[in-house]
Amino acid sequence: MKDLYAWSAIGLIVLASTTGDVLLSHSMKRVGDVGELWKRRGVLAVVARVLAMPTFAIGLMAMGIAFYSLLFGLSWGNLSLVVPASASLTFVANAVAARIFLHERVGRRRWIAALLVAGGVVLMAV
Amino acid sequence: MTFRKYLVLAGITVFSTAGDSLLARGMKDLGGVSLHNFSGLLLAILNPSVAMGILFLLTFFACYMSALSWADLTFVLPATSFAYVLVALIGHYRLHEEISPTRWLGIALITAGVGFVAAGPSVTPARERPNSLDASCDTVSVEVKP
Repeated sequence: MKDLYAWSAIGLIVLASTTGDVLLSHSMKRVGDVGELWKRRGVLAVVARVLAMPTFAIGLMAMGIAFYSLLFGLSWGNLSLVVPASASLTFVANAVAARIFLHERVGRRRWIAALLVAGGVVLMAV
Repeated sequence: MTFRKYLVLAGITVFSTAGDSLLARGMKDLGGVSLHNFSGLLLAILNPSVAMGILFLLTFFACYMSALSWADLTFVLPATSFAYVLVALIGHYRLHEEISPTRWLGIALITAGVGFVAAGPSVTPARERPNSLDASCDTVSVEVKP
């Protein structure tokens, strides 16, 4: 039963952090290159523009849910299962979500990179 | 990719690693802090390591947001996963932790993944045509001004 709870938490971490990453990435793309904006209009303009994005606030909330799910997951499952499983699955889920929702071209190169990193994270925790 | 952009990617890696390590060290100094002991959790910010850790993690977040403003999510995430390797190497050389052959293999896989994605373009044009998804476009280095 504890395993089921741990895997449910892992599922929630992956879902929430992928949602957060996609929403934050979407907001920042809408804002544009912050380095250029900073040079042209100053730091306050950057902050104002980022905070004006509703998707930024929702993305932050999703990241918060992912963080608390991690805390719950750690209370049900082992550190050596929850952290690498959620981290590596998040890499793969992000590649899928970025392709579907952000319309990024996830070519062979990026798929291989995501899978190599995901596999590497699992091995690091063994 | 300009030098400034490489610096931002390096900033993500370094500040997340340093922030996590400082936070972990600070929380270990404090001993058992539980969610029931809420005032203890608030006072944890007064610990210098915890305060520095939070400052570093805020800097990490600023660098991460900056990178997402000019690079794809599928570029930023693998390119900055070198942080996992950095933590293991700090553990090995500074704290004399043992790294097993499996962990060395993990380090090699992550490093290969970082090299793989970093050699490609940081941003790809959004798909206009649904059937234009071919892998060859990923080998063309393109920079799109927003």
